[in-house]
Amino acid sequence: MSILSSKNFKLLSNPLNMENPVTVQILGICSALAVTTKLKPAIVMGLSVLVVTAFSNLVISAMRNYIPPRIRIIVQLVVVASMVILVDQLLRAFVYDVSKQLSVYVGLIITNCIIMGRLEAFAMGNKPWPSFIDGVGNGIGYSVILIVVAFIRELFGSGAVLGYQVVPQSFYDGGYVNNGMMIMPTMALVLVGVIIWIQRSFNKELIEKD
Amino acid sequence: MKSLRKFLDKKKPLFQKGGKFAKFGSTFGAFETFLFTPNHTSKSGVHIHDAIDLKRTMIVVVLALVPALLFGSWNIGYQHGLAFGIERSLVENFLFGFLKILPVIVVSYGVGLGIEFISAQIRGHEVNEGFLVTGILIPLILPVNIPLWMVALAVTFAVIFGKEIFGGTGYNIMNVALIARAFLFFAYPSEMSGDAVWVYELPGNTPIDGFSGATPLAQLAQGASTNMASFGDMFMGFIPGSMGETSTIAILIGAAILIFTGIGSWKIMLSTVLGALAIGLLCNVLSVNDYMSLPPYYHLVMGGFAFGAVFMATDPVTASHTEKGKWIYGFMIGALAVLIRVFNPAYPEGMMLAILLMNVWSPLIDYFVIEGHIKRRLKRANLKGNA
Repeated sequence: MSILSSKNFKLLSNPLNMENPVTVQILGICSALAVTTKLKPAIVMGLSVLVVTAFSNLVISAMRNYIPPRIRIIVQLVVVASMVILVDQLLRAFVYDVSKQLSVYVGLIITNCIIMGRLEAFAMGNKPWPSFIDGVGNGIGYSVILIVVAFIRELFGSGAVLGYQVVPQSFYDGGYVNNGMMIMPTMALVLVGVIIWIQRSFNKELIEKD
Repeated sequence: MKSLRKFLDKKKPLFQKGGKFAKFGSTFGAFETFLFTPNHTSKSGVHIHDAIDLKRTMIVVVLALVPALLFGSWNIGYQHGLAFGIERSLVENFLFGFLKILPVIVVSYGVGLGIEFISAQIRGHEVNEGFLVTGILIPLILPVNIPLWMVALAVTFAVIFGKEIFGGTGYNIMNVALIARAFLFFAYPSEMSGDAVWVYELPGNTPIDGFSGATPLAQLAQGASTNMASFGDMFMGFIPGSMGETSTIAILIGAAILIFTGIGSWKIMLSTVLGALAIGLLCNVLSVNDYMSLPPYYHLVMGGFAFGAVFMATDPVTASHTEKGKWIYGFMIGALAVLIRVFNPAYPEGMMLAILLMNVWSPLIDYFVIEGHIKRRLKRANLKGNA
């Protein structure tokens, strides 16, 4: 089996659109609302979730035949929790300011529905390598939504991108004001809604029947 | 009149099926039914219709808003004169204010109706007339210094996210005009609150000595009730405030029109007032600070209370539909509005938030009222069966 056969490639590309964890499965919404005021924390958060989903998928898939079904949730949680602690320590060591901004949300990756969902739905029944790719795909699918939302929120809420001022001073002199609503989680929910709306108007098969 | 009818009849085939502009049929229909009462007859189902259709209803509400609009225009000129020590006659004050309010109305209608027409074309629906009232309500609940691009943005947001995504006119769960105001309130707080925004040209300019521009509500929220406007002034509306909300008497004229024509529910208006009075009295009993010892009837004439109670709370789409539900709904609006005013210094005016919250609750109220009816009738039926 080649490293990226067409079947595996599908595992990677499906979560980007047809099975996007945020916009189609509506998972991981809470962190999408909380960490997307600025672009930088959103990118770091997306990466952290990517790493955690990919590696916990890999580990759980590797030992899937030895996990007694009755206690599988506990085993999964132990694996996920240790991954999250690793990620949290790395963030504190290398990007301390962002880690402070993300505060509890890194720890809360443990309870992120996407991770448990992928473990239960995929890693428990598939070989390690496809599971790893599935984790990476879902991590990217989650990150893409986070980054789009955070980009719009930072641009209109603070007039900046990645902390660099992009809305020129002459705009402000002319009466332009940053939109305070964009800073609030309300607007993140509206933006996620808009993304879902746009995605479904392009992919008609995603629209629910009734 | 007749020549207009003839002109419309001549152009009609162009917009009907197979015509040149069949795509714009709904746009044509909107203008035709706006100008003339439609003469369609039912082909099936219900054959008895009320003579007054949605467009006629909406126009009555707009007429009821005219006194508030006229007074608001005058008050803009009057407050500007007070702030900068300019003497003007009544007509001059009115014209001065009217020229300030007119661009906001034009932007509000232009943007809002534009979105309505576009979405009607996309969906192939008839254009709905819901925006006729919303378009005039929005300018009346905004401060006079509001930049026009903000009005356009708020109207866009309110019409798309407050109404169109729920299915258009008659399906919105919250009052569209209030969504526009709430959007501005949270997005651009510096343009929507504070002491300076209520009087034209006041931000950035120094008024004459002794003029602050603060609304009575703001003065109370800051804990100063000494040099506040008198009850009479607030009742007549000689105070700074949003463009159309200051004059309780002008709003009462509108209320009379709404109640007389049966379009606004007097139950909601009355229960809103009762709710405010009840909580006002309760505050008087506790009476810890100046604000809490304020006579409860003051709450009825300050800020947007009267305007909200008459024109916003009674919106037939978002209010409760059951008769008992209307009493509960109105009472809660009045009570919450006063609670927010007195106990939350961050929001000097609670009417907007109270109405929006109760809009969300009104289906729940209706649900429990109907459940109550069903239970009572079941009980009655069972008793008869046993006897």
